[in-house]
Formats: sequence, structure tokens, C-alpha cells
Amino acid sequence: MNKDQVIGFIKKNTMIFVLIIVYAFFSFRTGGAILLPMNVSNLISQNAYVFVLATGMLLCILTGGNIDLSVGSVVCFVGAVGATLMVNMKVPVWLSIIIMIIIGTAIGAFQGFWIAFVRIPPFIVTLAGMLVFRGLSNVVLNGLTVSIKDKSSFVNLFGGGADCYIHDVFGNGTLNLTCLFAGLVAAALFIMIQVSTRMQRTKKNYEVENFGAFICKLVAVSAVIIIFSYKLAQHKGIPTVLIWVLVVVLVYGYITSNTTVGRYFYAVGGNEKATKLSGINTNKVYFLAYTNMGFLAALAGMITIARLTSAQPTYGQNYEMDAIGSCFIGGASAYGGIGTVPGVIVGAVLMGVINLGMSLMGVDANMQKVVKGVVLLAAVIFDVVSKRGGKLMVKN
Amino acid sequence: MAKILLEMKNITKTFPNVKALDNVNLQVEEGEIHALVGENGAGKSTLMNVLSGIYPYGTYEGDIIYDGEVCKFNDIKDSEGKGIVIIHQELALIPYMTIAENMFLGNERGTKFKINWNETSDLARKYLDVVGLKDSTETLIKDIGVGKQQLVEIAKALSKNAKLLILDEPTSSLNESDSQALLDLMLKLKKEQGLTSIIISHKLNEVSYVADKITVIRDGSTIETMTKGVDDFSEARIIKGMVGRELSDRFPSREHHIGDVKMEVKNWNVYHPLYMDRKVVDNVSINVRKGEVVGISGLMGAGRTELAMSIFGRSYGEKISGQLTIDGKEVVLKNVQSAIKHGLAYVTEDRKGNGLILTNPIKINTTLANLEEVSKKRIIDKDKEYKVAVDYKEKLNTKAPSVEQNVGNLSGGNQQKVLLSKWMFADPDILILDEPTRGIDVGAKYEIYCIINQLVAEGKSVIMISSELPEILGMCDRIYVMNEGRMVGELDGKDATQEKIMTYILQSSGKKKEVNHE
Repeated sequence: MNKDQVIGFIKKNTMIFVLIIVYAFFSFRTGGAILLPMNVSNLISQNAYVFVLATGMLLCILTGGNIDLSVGSVVCFVGAVGATLMVNMKVPVWLSIIIMIIIGTAIGAFQGFWIAFVRIPPFIVTLAGMLVFRGLSNVVLNGLTVSIKDKSSFVNLFGGGADCYIHDVFGNGTLNLTCLFAGLVAAALFIMIQVSTRMQRTKKNYEVENFGAFICKLVAVSAVIIIFSYKLAQHKGIPTVLIWVLVVVLVYGYITSNTTVGRYFYAVGGNEKATKLSGINTNKVYFLAYTNMGFLAALAGMITIARLTSAQPTYGQNYEMDAIGSCFIGGASAYGGIGTVPGVIVGAVLMGVINLGMSLMGVDANMQKVVKGVVLLAAVIFDVVSKRGGKLMVKN
Repeated sequence: MAKILLEMKNITKTFPNVKALDNVNLQVEEGEIHALVGENGAGKSTLMNVLSGIYPYGTYEGDIIYDGEVCKFNDIKDSEGKGIVIIHQELALIPYMTIAENMFLGNERGTKFKINWNETSDLARKYLDVVGLKDSTETLIKDIGVGKQQLVEIAKALSKNAKLLILDEPTSSLNESDSQALLDLMLKLKKEQGLTSIIISHKLNEVSYVADKITVIRDGSTIETMTKGVDDFSEARIIKGMVGRELSDRFPSREHHIGDVKMEVKNWNVYHPLYMDRKVVDNVSINVRKGEVVGISGLMGAGRTELAMSIFGRSYGEKISGQLTIDGKEVVLKNVQSAIKHGLAYVTEDRKGNGLILTNPIKINTTLANLEEVSKKRIIDKDKEYKVAVDYKEKLNTKAPSVEQNVGNLSGGNQQKVLLSKWMFADPDILILDEPTRGIDVGAKYEIYCIINQLVAEGKSVIMISSELPEILGMCDRIYVMNEGRMVGELDGKDATQEKIMTYILQSSGKKKEVNHE
């Protein structure tokens, strides 16, 4: 590897390096507490909603830096409706889940309609949505808390409560073998897919990355997967919610990188006029982004009430900010057209690690907000300035 | 002899790949109206941008001597400080501000902390009276017509103590009576205030009416300066100066195999999307045959792009009417999707704004208009996509390290090739190429011409919109001439000359029926 390649590699993976440095910093400052199996497991469970919402937010941001401010309120509203249905109205759990998904998606479609077809700025539409659904949550819940503790099938399905881990089929030792096994299978699958893609490309004489770099990548990623599953195995195993997160991440990662629809999101954000003149219905793309955001907000709503085993009018506050922050920290462009699902996940993990690390260090909650704000600003400044070729200031 | 107010000496301005101005010399005497004429792209606007400091000192070679001293303008404020004020073709007024607010924008009366509104409106009134505009200073700009807006611009310039006024195509969007009023105002200001002005115009009848001297610019050089009363000011004489250049073998030859009529457009009318009473395409009929290159010539703003885009799935304009037939069958193309499906492609003149996604690599741009071809069940076959992009890169000789390169990093010529790849991959039967060689160097131009020849050899039809007359003459089997939204002439490629085309354009200029702009 020559110098340019090294610089290119570092530039491409900046946030991963930042994540490693931050993780190392907190491991040092917390005396290794952040590396404890329980904390690794908590990192997932506590931030599951961020991963889900940030994935949806990415699609909105891709269309041109547009954000959805209403997701926190929608999360709360969907949860409120679901809890009311299950507990107060005795609707079966399966039916409640379907209704919650329909409501979330419908809210997304409603907001998407104004944004896509009437071209009301997304900021305004979703700001209105933020107020409307926060208010409606209060109305639905009468300002009270509804406990869903006894709806154990719902709570367990979405990874809340005490029994929120995948059952260990191989026995009851201190080490959860199912989890470790799943990690090994995942690592093996990853290596197999990578190797077979590479072989196909070589056969067709396409460009492939440097062999050394390829091996390094395989080793590093599989090592992370195995260490991660080992940590989880040491605690209680795979948190159920991790399955949901993985499904969302894998499905949306695939959609954004491999399907025509996914390509349209990037195209609209990159140059809407050119996209329109290429025969693509750009209105539909906007509509899809916001409808999908509503759908994922419904999922995040279910995860949230399951984890907290209740619904309250205050749930979901600032969730939109966590999602938006993760996207920008994870390399999504504030102008649209750039950003990936894996990048956003790295961004979300980085935010999660900073949260967890500071909590473990006993940093005051208000100071935590300050630090998160500074990290967000720094990430976006870095993004904008590096795209301008390193020039900090713009000539008037 | 009167005092020389402005002298521009040996001005040379180079852009990446293009020499826009080459040793230009210009002398303007105090108190005269000096006209600059030349074809599109000859360098008139570039010269004025150098003069007004938009291209700051140091980015060009040569000297600007104004009022006896060498000037080194860093920006437009510097030149305005010396009394050089430029009014651009696209008026720079803010619609939802009043006339007075617009006039003193950036030059507010009063202190930093308190605008003196009385002084603002008094001064505005004073200058509006000079230009003969009777509307209240409190009228919003959006409520007055283009003709009056032009007067506001001039009043604004006068309020900055303009000594040298530069007007870039001031009458291009005015009707005849407004134009006449504007020209008379220029003569009045010259007589009463001794104002010196430079006017850039395509309308030669106006130029000969108002100007004391005419300087002709061609291909970035000053060709000649003519003086009223000394030289012949006739249109024919001016046109000769503007176009007098030899056609050499800058165009590849091709065999002509022209087939049946492929597409026909009849009585096509299009209105402006914002000013819905303004007709931008007026009853135009054209046709193109199989294997034919048809040119549409005309000046900027003649309505050619608007015509092309409105045909291409109504991607421009409102209240579009007319008949469109492809292969003898009448079709209605309601959107871009159906236009592409019917075998049309429109390669935009604005490749950065409307054509390419600059932040995306070549391969993604290449397949964007025809993603179905490289995907199965909406899942993209990335290997196939890569292969397609590489094929077109080689076929069109696009110079880039790989198809993974972002198109924003390519030169203009190579960007144009990527744009052509994109539309060739969509496999259309009819390609509308809008200014396909704008802003690219001579070598790349030749390659683009070869691609066009290859396309028609495959039996496709090409409509080429171009403002460069040599290109139109060198490439087209048939040439339409458009002006002010109307089709004003049709020529066979063999008989066409630059003089004929320019004559068509200039004779039809300003003869548009009176339309109410207010």
C-alpha cells in the first residue's frame, strides 16, 4: 500500500477509527467497566430504538438532507395506542401489533403526502407532526401510565422485561452456547459471502481490492463478530431486540445498496433535476422515505414500550435527535445523496458508547448533552470541510 | 477628440481548457454609447465580468485603465466605487421588496442601526424621475413589468453615481415599445448627464440606432471597431464582422442515409411555468427523419431548450399544446418516463445542473436512465452495471482512472461523454442534444461529433440544438432557425451559411407581436 491508499483508507473509515479511540478511552477511564459483558449487552438493548430510527432517518436524509422531527412523538403515540389496545381494550396482542404498524405507516404516509406531492418543507410538516402526535399520545393515555407487564408475549417478542434473551438450547452453563454458536455461524457466513464474491469478480476479470487488505478485512470483521458474541454469551445471550435490529439493518442495508429503489434515494439527493429528467418519479421517492420512516417509528415504538413494559406520554422524547445525530455522525451528508446504513450504525454505536461511557464515569447528565452536541457539530464540520477539499472558510 | 474614459488593453482570460479572451482591446470615450456585438460565446460577457471585477485582478492578463489610472478591482464593490455599474441580463431585483428597498440594497441610507426611510424614498423618487418611472417607490417589484424593472435597475445604477453604465442584453425580454423607450432613455442620459454606456446586444437594429461606436468580438478577440458616420452601420456589414470565419475540417464526414420521418411536432405552444401569460414557444412545427441530424439554431433565449424539454415528457412549461407523432402515430408524452419509453432522449445543455449527479461515480450516472436493463426484479446486478459503464467508457473514450470515479472530478468534455453514455445506454431512437459541445475543448468536440455520426449511422435520429453556427453548419442535414419562441426559417444543410442564419434571426428580432408584460 502506498501513502495515498493509506490516507484514502483512513478517510473512508474515519468514524470506525474514532469509535475505536473513544472505546479505548472509556475502557481506560472506567477501568474496563465498559468492556464488561453486561455493559456490552446493555449497549444493544438501550440503543435498539436508535438503530431502527436512524436507518429510517437515513432514507429521509438521503433525499436531500431532509429530516423527520416527528419520530419521537410517533414512537410515543404508536406505543400509547398499542398499550391502550392491549391492556384497556383487551385486543389480542397479534392484532394490536398489526394495528400499531398500520398506524405508524399511515402517519408516515400522511406526512409524506404533504412533503412529496404538495412540497411543503419536511421541517414544517414533521414539526407539526411532532406537536400533533405528542399531544395525541397524552389524549390517548389520559396523561397516565399504562403498564403492559402482564402482556409477556408482547414484551418478550420485542425484547423487553426480564426474559428478553434468546433461549439457550444447548444447556444452562454460565456461557450461553447458542449465542457463541450464532456468532461463529455469522462470522463464517460473512467470510463465505466475501470470498465467493471475490472469486466471481476475479473470474470475470473485474477489479478486486488488494489481497492483503481483503484478508485484513475478513480477519478484523470476523474477530469483532466473535468477540462480540462471546461477550454476549458471557452475559445472558442474544438480546431478542438484537434480532430486530439485525433484520432492519440487513434488509435496509441491502435495499439501499442493491436495489433500484435504493439507488433512487441517492439519485434524488445527489441531483433531483437530473433524476427527474432520467425518468424517475421523484415525488414517489420522497413519499416512500417518509412513509417508511413512519413504519420504522412504529417498530421503534413497540421496542420502546416492550423495554420499559409500559407506555407513558413522555416516551420517545428527543428520539428524533438521536436518530438524526447518528446519521450525520455516521457520514450522511447534510445536503443529501451520501450516507450508508453501516455508516449510520457506526454513528449510532459511537453515540451509544459515549452515552454509556459517560454514565459509567458518573458524568452529570447535562454535561453528557453538551458532549453529544459538540460531537455532532464536529462530525458535520468535518464532513462539510473535507468535501470542500479541506478549506475551512468560504470566500464571500 | 473627447477624453478616453476606459481603455482595456490586451486582456486575456483563460478558463480551464478554454481561452475565453485573447488579447482584447477596447477603448471607450467619455459620453459615448459603445456597443459590443458578437455571437454567443464570443466573449462579450466575460469581458464585462473582467471589467466589473467579477473576475478579480490577477485572474486575467492585461490592464484596465479607467479615468487615467490602472485599476485593480478585487470585486464588484471596487468597480462600483469608481462608478462602473453593470446591469445583467437576468435582473438582480428581489420580488418581494419595494422599488426603493431594491434600489438601495447593500447601499442603505442612514446608519447601520437605523435606516433612514425618508431619505431612501426621497432619493429613490429623484432617480426614478430621471429615468421617467412614475410608479410609487413603495410598489413591490413583483407587481411591475419587466420593462419597468429594467428602469429600476438603471435608476439603481444612477443612485450609485454611475459614470460608466454597462447593459447586458437590456432589451432581450422587453417588447418593442418598452425597448424603444429604454433606448431613448439611454440617449437622453447621454445628452443630459453625459453618461457613458456600453451596451451588449444581439438586436442590430437597436445597436445601429443607439450606438456611437460598435466593437465586434469574435472567438475571444476584438475584430474591429466601427464609428457612426464614418463606417457603414448596416446590419449586413455588422453580421459580416461577427461571423467572418472559415470553416475548416473540424467536422468528421459521414455518409447520409436519410429515411422516413421519425418524429413530427406540429403547432407546438408552450407557456412559461411562472409567468403563465408569457409564450416561450409559439406555434412551432418541426420534424426529424431516420438517420438525420437536424439542427436548431438561434440565440440564447430563443426558446430552443424550452421546445426540447416540453417535447421530452413535458419536463418544462405550462399549458403545452400541439401534436406529436412518432412513426406516424400520434402520441401523448405526459411525463419523462413515457418519453423514454417512446424512444426519446434529451441530453441537457446544463450537464451539471440537470444532467449528472456529480457526487456519484461514472457507473451510477451511466445507468441511471435505464436501471431496469442492469437489474432483475428491481435488484441491481452490480457486475453488469460495472461492465456496462466500462463498455461505454471505452466506446466513447472517456478519460478517467476508472468508472468508480465521481463525475464531479472529470473535465467538461469527459462529463459530457458520461452524459451521452447515460442516454445512449437508454437506447433511444431520437436523441435531442442540447448544446452538446458547450464549454469543452476542440479535441473533445471532434469526438462528440464522431459519436453523433455513429448514432445516425445506426439509424437513430438526432436533433442538435446549438448556438455555435459553425457546428450547426458542419454537422446538420437540415437546419431550423428559432428566434423569440418562433420558428423563423428552415434551411437545407448544403445551402446554409452563417450569414443566412444570422439574417433570419436578426430580421425577425423585435417583430414579435405586442404582448402585455404588465
